Amino acid sequence: MKKFFVSFAVVATFVGYALRQHFHVGQDDALPIGSSPNSSTTSTSTTNNSEVSVPVNNTSSFTPTNTSTRVRSSGAYRNGTYTGTVADAFYGNVQVQASIKGGKLVDVQFLQYPNDRGHSIEVSNVSTPILRQEAIQAQNANVDIVSGATATSQAFQQSLASALSQAK
Amino acid sequence: MKVSRRLMGMPITVEVIDHRVIPEQIDRVFGYFHSVDELFSTYKPTSEISRLNAGTLKRDESHHKVQTVLRLAEETKSLTGGYFDVYRHGHLDPSGLVKGWAIEQATKLLQHEGLQNYYIAAGGDIAAAGQNSQGQAWRVGIRHPFHKDEVVKVVAIGDAGVATSGTYERGEHIYNPRHGYGAANEIASLTVIGPNIYEADRFATAAFAMGQKGIHFIERRPGLEGYMIDLDGTATMTTGFDQYLAS
Repeated sequence: MKKFFVSFAVVATFVGYALRQHFHVGQDDALPIGSSPNSSTTSTSTTNNSEVSVPVNNTSSFTPTNTSTRVRSSGAYRNGTYTGTVADAFYGNVQVQASIKGGKLVDVQFLQYPNDRGHSIEVSNVSTPILRQEAIQAQNANVDIVSGATATSQAFQQSLASALSQAK
Repeated sequence: MKVSRRLMGMPITVEVIDHRVIPEQIDRVFGYFHSVDELFSTYKPTSEISRLNAGTLKRDESHHKVQTVLRLAEETKSLTGGYFDVYRHGHLDPSGLVKGWAIEQATKLLQHEGLQNYYIAAGGDIAAAGQNSQGQAWRVGIRHPFHKDEVVKVVAIGDAGVATSGTYERGEHIYNPRHGYGAANEIASLTVIGPNIYEADRFATAAFAMGQKGIHFIERRPGLEGYMIDLDGTATMTTGFDQYLAS
């Protein structure tokens, strides 16, 4: 079930994000708000550890397909399920399937997602010194390079955008 | 000379300060990344990793680089208490190790050319050497995990690697089945500074998967320093992190 809940959490987060992106055009272009501390997606968390595999398509033909009938509605998109293109998130693919109901994006399923995480055994937290903490603060400083991370979210946006473009 | 290209789904930048650098030297770096992609890509059916998974290639018949990475993966799994594992349900995916390893190998191409002042940045991971164009330590910003255009910390490094594992790079890391996405005790990003990018990247990836405990894991590893940011915007740093703080 892990994958299921993983997907569920991801979906909940990114649906919120996508709705923000697509129905609040003009607002700031922040990254998914699910990362904020008051995220509502915590409700999807679980302690269940069993597994459900996620379908993975490893063929090289990645043409988008419309997998259900479309019904015109009053919303911004046509009802149906739309599969986005496979987007490369560095040695792993992101591919999403967007579901539109009532003209709105109601669900995003991950068909592919990079797997590089180790599984779980507890690593003992033997005594280490109390580590210093601080509140993070944006710095106004020149830098040569930035260390950070965007690959998967970019791939997600790319795949979702392609799915939604079919729903228009 | 600074060149950026998009390869393997991520932006890769190579900047060399030494005046003697020639474009062919930088081209060779990108050529190397391309060759790594051909061998290790999990989405190209012709790659050795895909063929290993399909059962059409045996491990002991694979490219020596593939065998090297698989050996390193086993070592890393053991060093991280299983948190770093390139096998999932019998499916091989060494991506989490290959990135840092490939960047580190690429820096050796520049070293062998006698170049001394450069960095290679790929997908947010950085391998640096020498000094920047002002003759000072490289200034590396740690990206704000919630505002991608801002940095929250600046570190100054010479010959070192800096890797950040975070919500937006390796999304799956945050979906720890025991805590779920967005749980209060989970973290938004973990930046690790190490002697090289291979060390920094593999331990950043593994430690991020450990959640709050990850920063203590980094604290205990000699030669590594870390800066962890919680989802509520609180940062926790290892005891030696201060030595890298830029003035």
